[in-house]
Amino acid sequence: MTAIAVSGLNKWYGSYHALRDIDLTVAPGERIVVCGPSGSGKSTLIRCLNRLEGHQSGSIVVNGTPLTDDLKNLSAVRREVGMVFQHFNLFPHLTVLENCALPQILARGTRRAEAEARARRYLERVRIPEQSAKFPGQLSGGQQQRVAIARALCMEPRVMLFDEPTSALDPEMIKEVLETMIALADDGMTMIVVTHEMGFARRVADRVIFMDAGQIMEQASPEDFFGNPHHARTREFLEQIVH
Amino acid sequence: MSVTEHPPLAARTPPAKARTPLVRLLFGDVLSALLTLLALGLILALLPALNWAVLDAVWSTEDPDTCRQGGACWAYVQDKARLILFGIYPPEQHWRPLLVIGLILAMVLASLSPRLWGARLLAIWGLSLLAMLGLMRGGFLGLPLVPTSQWGGLPVTLLLAVLSLGIGFPFAVALALGRRSALPVPRLVSVGLIELVRGLPLVGVLFVASILLPLLLPEGWTIDKLGRTLAALTVFAAAYLAEVIRGGLQGVDKGQGEAAQALGIPFWKTIWHIILPQAIQKVIPPLTNTAIIMVKNTSLVMIVGVFDMLGAGRAAAADPAWPAPYTETYLFVALMYFLICIAISLYSRWLEQTVKNRSHS
Repeated sequence: MTAIAVSGLNKWYGSYHALRDIDLTVAPGERIVVCGPSGSGKSTLIRCLNRLEGHQSGSIVVNGTPLTDDLKNLSAVRREVGMVFQHFNLFPHLTVLENCALPQILARGTRRAEAEARARRYLERVRIPEQSAKFPGQLSGGQQQRVAIARALCMEPRVMLFDEPTSALDPEMIKEVLETMIALADDGMTMIVVTHEMGFARRVADRVIFMDAGQIMEQASPEDFFGNPHHARTREFLEQIVH
Repeated sequence: MSVTEHPPLAARTPPAKARTPLVRLLFGDVLSALLTLLALGLILALLPALNWAVLDAVWSTEDPDTCRQGGACWAYVQDKARLILFGIYPPEQHWRPLLVIGLILAMVLASLSPRLWGARLLAIWGLSLLAMLGLMRGGFLGLPLVPTSQWGGLPVTLLLAVLSLGIGFPFAVALALGRRSALPVPRLVSVGLIELVRGLPLVGVLFVASILLPLLLPEGWTIDKLGRTLAALTVFAAAYLAEVIRGGLQGVDKGQGEAAQALGIPFWKTIWHIILPQAIQKVIPPLTNTAIIMVKNTSLVMIVGVFDMLGAGRAAAADPAWPAPYTETYLFVALMYFLICIAISLYSRWLEQTVKNRSHS
């Protein structure tokens, strides 16, 4: 059983070839870090995995369900896949608690009492239960991103996608978000993380994927990836981000 | 390495700002002096009007002839207030429109706080508006039937404004969404309707609705004149509101829709619970503007023979017993419009502040 199976994936924006012949298999419980220069297609790749972006050729199968234009399959996949965005994308007009509770009610018809109880449980887990009555605008960036993680977890997904979750944060807030993600990884969540936090990659990744120009150039365990990169582009990239 | 302990910083207040003396404020420079003199001149010029409105005014009298001395005839307004406020509605039944005005005010007051907003409040509004229309019309429970041709005055103004904005709003949302849709048919239909209605003067739309529409309907079909007028106002309100709402929709970050999509929230629920509340919060000032314009636009229904407050006022002033007190009538009607519009304006300012305090602090 694989969590995610991507084969022969190609995507174009107009005539721009954003993803080229991507093959990727993710096992349940596997933690994958995707890195690469900007414009390399790493965000596009994970946005294809819950069909925020459509693809033109190839196949994506998530927990046994193929991703097509079929809306029933699509909502089945989105129920299983949680996503955390670079800019948090919390709903600014709702309280923190409501940000976590309302999606459950709207997407699954969960009863309010149950939805709020689950929301409180996950806010506890990301260690900000005391902020539940506040609005997102009243929280720091790090706190907002942890709420966003709790909101995604409330849907009890089997896979979590992180799209540069710490890129928009001030340096002193990156740590609290990474710690939350590490705790999640230690609990056995299947995770695909687009990030440049190489410390995080070393600490939790089972596999690091390097992308460039819409292709997967190299994938390896963190030891091999950082210790013995094969590809010249990988070495160049690592030199640029690890000073 | 040892860390130096810093003593806590003492609190310091900003230096006090000196107050500008009044004379400097009024005559400090050439421009201020000119403006001050101009304002004084204006006040002097308005003194005769004050004389007319207050000192020489007749405040109450039984005899209309005492009003022929040149002062304002407020006695007439007092005498005709019921006619202006309720039109030709049967006088012994005036408690009904009065109750309707009270109900509208009560509903507005009950809807002020954003905390109470939701599907339930909308349902209550719908039911109470139906109740108000029923109360005005009668014909049940021993209430005598009063056809809409006898409705008039303030309740008509308020009902037309509330109903045209209220019914127009969902259409406006649909048009705004349609205009932003990626599908060509909804987009073209929305653009066509919005541009067509915005390109026509309201008077024209009212004439089409009240004169042309009955001619176009098949034999034996009739729609009530007030209903036709309301339909015209609603279409007009919808087109203008649609453009305001579209502006709000454009201001909502596209990450909001993506986050809702990624969470698996269905499209229409995303629109209703996530996108629209944010879009509307962003356009409270222009929405208020449209609401105020629509309240005043209802006065145009007079020209197709519906007795709104202005129409009722003109009818009242035509009474030959009184010395043609049109100025007083218009001032009274203007005061009523002003009170309604200033209330909307104050409310929107409060609402904007509340929304702002809530989401960013």
